Amino acid sequence: MSETTTLLQVNDLHTSFFTNSGEVKAINGISFSLDRGKILGIVGESGSGKSVTAYSLLRILTDPGRVTAGQVLFNGEDILTYSTQKMHSFRGSRISMIFQDPMTSLNPVYTIGNQLREAIRIHTDRTREQVHARALEMLTLVGVNEPEKRLKQYPHELSGGMRQRVMIAMALACEPDILIADEPTTALDVTIQAQILELMQELQHKLGMAIIMITHDLGVIADICDEIIVMYAGRVCERGTADEIFYNPCHEYTKGLIRSIPTFGSTHEKLTPIAGNPVDLLKLPSGCAFASRCDRAMKICLSDPPEEIRVNENHIAACWVNVKNVYDEAKEGQDQ
Amino acid sequence: MSNHPLIDVRNLKQYFTVKADMITKLQLKAVDDVSFTINQGETLGLVGESGCGKTTVGRALLRLYKPTAGEVYFDGNLITDDNIDHYRKDMQVVFQDPYSSLNPRMTMADIVGEPLDIHGLYKTKAERKEKIAELVQLVGLNSDHARRYAHEFSGGQRQRIGIARALAVNPRFIVCDEPVSALDVSIQAQIINTFEELQEKLGIAYLFIAHDLLVVQHMSSRIAVMYLGKIVEVGPADEIIFHPVHPYTQSLISAIPLPDPKAARERRRIILQGDVPSPLNMPAGCPFRSRCRYATEECAQVCPSLEDMGAGHQVACYHPQG
Amino acid sequence: MSNYSADMIPKKRLLSLQLDVSKFEPASDAEKEQHETMRESTTFFRDGMRKLFRNPLAVISLIVLLLIIVTIVFAPMIVPYKYSEMITINGTRDRSAKNLPPFTYSQMEQEAIDNGATIFPHIFGTDELSRDYFIRVVYGARVSLSVGFFASLIVLIIGLLFGSIAGYMGGKVDLVMMRIVDVIYSLPDTLMVILLSVVLDQVLGQSLQGTVLAALGTNMISLFVVFGLLYWVGMARLVRGQILSIKTNEYVLAARALGAKPGRIIRKHILPNCMSVIIISTALQIPSAIFTESFLSFIGLGVQAPMPSLGSLANASRQALQAYPYKLFFPALGICLIVLSFNLLGDGLRDAFDPKLRR
Repeated sequence: MSETTTLLQVNDLHTSFFTNSGEVKAINGISFSLDRGKILGIVGESGSGKSVTAYSLLRILTDPGRVTAGQVLFNGEDILTYSTQKMHSFRGSRISMIFQDPMTSLNPVYTIGNQLREAIRIHTDRTREQVHARALEMLTLVGVNEPEKRLKQYPHELSGGMRQRVMIAMALACEPDILIADEPTTALDVTIQAQILELMQELQHKLGMAIIMITHDLGVIADICDEIIVMYAGRVCERGTADEIFYNPCHEYTKGLIRSIPTFGSTHEKLTPIAGNPVDLLKLPSGCAFASRCDRAMKICLSDPPEEIRVNENHIAACWVNVKNVYDEAKEGQDQ
Repeated sequence: MSNHPLIDVRNLKQYFTVKADMITKLQLKAVDDVSFTINQGETLGLVGESGCGKTTVGRALLRLYKPTAGEVYFDGNLITDDNIDHYRKDMQVVFQDPYSSLNPRMTMADIVGEPLDIHGLYKTKAERKEKIAELVQLVGLNSDHARRYAHEFSGGQRQRIGIARALAVNPRFIVCDEPVSALDVSIQAQIINTFEELQEKLGIAYLFIAHDLLVVQHMSSRIAVMYLGKIVEVGPADEIIFHPVHPYTQSLISAIPLPDPKAARERRRIILQGDVPSPLNMPAGCPFRSRCRYATEECAQVCPSLEDMGAGHQVACYHPQG
Repeated sequence: MSNYSADMIPKKRLLSLQLDVSKFEPASDAEKEQHETMRESTTFFRDGMRKLFRNPLAVISLIVLLLIIVTIVFAPMIVPYKYSEMITINGTRDRSAKNLPPFTYSQMEQEAIDNGATIFPHIFGTDELSRDYFIRVVYGARVSLSVGFFASLIVLIIGLLFGSIAGYMGGKVDLVMMRIVDVIYSLPDTLMVILLSVVLDQVLGQSLQGTVLAALGTNMISLFVVFGLLYWVGMARLVRGQILSIKTNEYVLAARALGAKPGRIIRKHILPNCMSVIIISTALQIPSAIFTESFLSFIGLGVQAPMPSLGSLANASRQALQAYPYKLFFPALGICLIVLSFNLLGDGLRDAFDPKLRR
């Protein structure tokens, strides 16, 4: 039953950047699936590989980057095997993407209308009037006031929040099945961020597409995501429903992350930070990448990479501590 | 002994002239009549959205810009262009971007040692080296890495170097200009703790500028909220967080993304309509009235000034809520 | 109550894992530290050099340039001919040694060899005045390279001074200084170069007589002056732009907040950070100076005969191009190699050292 609703299935994806200083393993074997109509959050720090994941899915990696292994199944078809031609029509129509900086992702020399109409025309054969009507409809849908006037304006005449709305309108113009949002609110102010998040949730309800939300902000993730993937150094630490990840974290990194953000109204408590510094992707250690920063690191963490283990129906984690717990409990059971 | 605050800012104004085209020059009121005080060893949090002038307040206070009007008193003494060099040792700054705030051609020892060189704070080379090692360890870095260049360190470590540089002159007051915004979540907490430990140890007062309310409410004893160059509300941190009165503060607080899915689902956000007006083209009267749902005729006439609500809680609004 | 159960581990894993209980012991801090690898320390310079040497084009250019420099320094010591000297055999002029092809001997020379004398081969042959062509090309390259090098140096000095003053002072000073630059920039430079070298040739010719500089030839001096007067503007603009952008960096602001004086800020913070860009653009200036020199010599405004330059050699070869094409080939090849190598090396330097292209 659950098989039929799976829209996107990523299997053991590896992506590396072959730089002058050596191979940078940006993604190191990640797997996940996305169901129709769900909002999936990918959270991680800079260098965790969350944006590279999105670029790999859409095959828009720039030069030294290459997908080295894995499968990306969209409705059961591996899009990594698609021809360049087929990929062109696939992008935008089935999966589309919005980016962090709405300033640089719109072309400053064309009007909003030009760019929006272009996005609509690429994937559909409509008449001029239909395209124009569709453009107006999309702008209204994303809550842009005075859409007729906006169509004639240039990107610099709009505010950051407005531009991000236009980007969303462009991305959704061809009714994609999946919208990938790469830090869509990071460049925006808090009050505008709230507007955009609200809009994305609303559109998701209305249009029923699935969203992959990439962000470093746990607050944003908690706000709108159904499922969450936590990434560290190109690997999945754990994935599960939002409640599972926040209230029952099973990876030491996730636990540390949740502990380290100030809670609302916690004016006088001390924070519990994660010690150490982010891992150097050029020199990924054997074993668990987080081990050197982990309070509960064991010998096995330094030597063997942790396997993904199902904690419960809605939750998978890759941390040796879980295995140890199982082992301890089994032993206790034997002793009794 | 001293009953005056450490930092006393009175009616600070910082205007910039912007060329709209070849002939027209517009006045950008980045900071418009801002007053506040900071006591010894206290943290005042300054929050606001981008472009509200919070960074400019910090820089004008330190006279990195030449203020258009207003006075700044340090420990009761008026700071002027002539005596600012003397006060540079007392007032320091930590910047937002750990990449552009450190000279890439200098080693950690050179960066931390520069203030010592400028103010001649050592007699022998050995003493300089010792002081640098001390500072570096104070902020939690390894002094064995003193010969390394700034780009070899990670973001969090670079921010620590910036803090060590500010501490080198033994300041009594530091302007922290978004010091954790550019850092990863797991590193932010390290730096926040470092700031707090230093405050406990050395009794330094901070002006903590940030847009992240969660961080500010954690750091500060008092919070000031800025909107378009003006302080709209100021008061004790708990008051501002739990009983905000200004409609802007209320929506700001309700918009904080909480890392807590259940709370997020139950919460009712006050979503502000529209965008921040351009500071070049500010509405007359209260700057917030164009987005405020309580705005009346009165708000369009004269800009409200800060009124005391008791317990040091001040608000600039004709229709305080709650 | 527990979240964990044995069935959460996939069965096959449990079997294949062969869990070693001792591995569940906590890792010590030392072990963890060992696990965390810190990148080895490199300086900006070392890192840049490493990048430069990984760039094959830059390395080849560097080798070619070094070979050329070694040749033009040492060849005159080995080859027994002079650039202005006609070939003589036992004190008599060898009139048969005109326009010899490479590696051939004239009749007289052949006779001398037959009589047991050793005669150094004419690697590139000889020219129409029976002069060894190889040594002339070597001297031509010497002249071209030194013109390129010194002209760039002049450009660097004037441009650096002018640009840094304009950039740091800002305001009205900057405005006036940059308008001067704009005016000079708007002059048609080829025309100006030709005019100036004609005018300077006459003016300098008289005033230089009897001085050390006279030995260099008035044309050479006027070349330097022309470069100095015209080509510094690009450098000045570059330096000014660099300083303007570096001035806004937060580390400059931090230094000001610490009470650093302007002199210290320029010396410690601004200059070191724009040096790499300036050096790179100087390296790229050299080939353009060589090119201009060759061009001027080609149209007869360059160095004075009998002193050769690559451009004047190419010009001289024009008259008998059909009969002796190699005479154009050698100087032209020289110009190409030098200019191409400097350009590729400059590009390589930029890729390796330009802070904007890093990371």
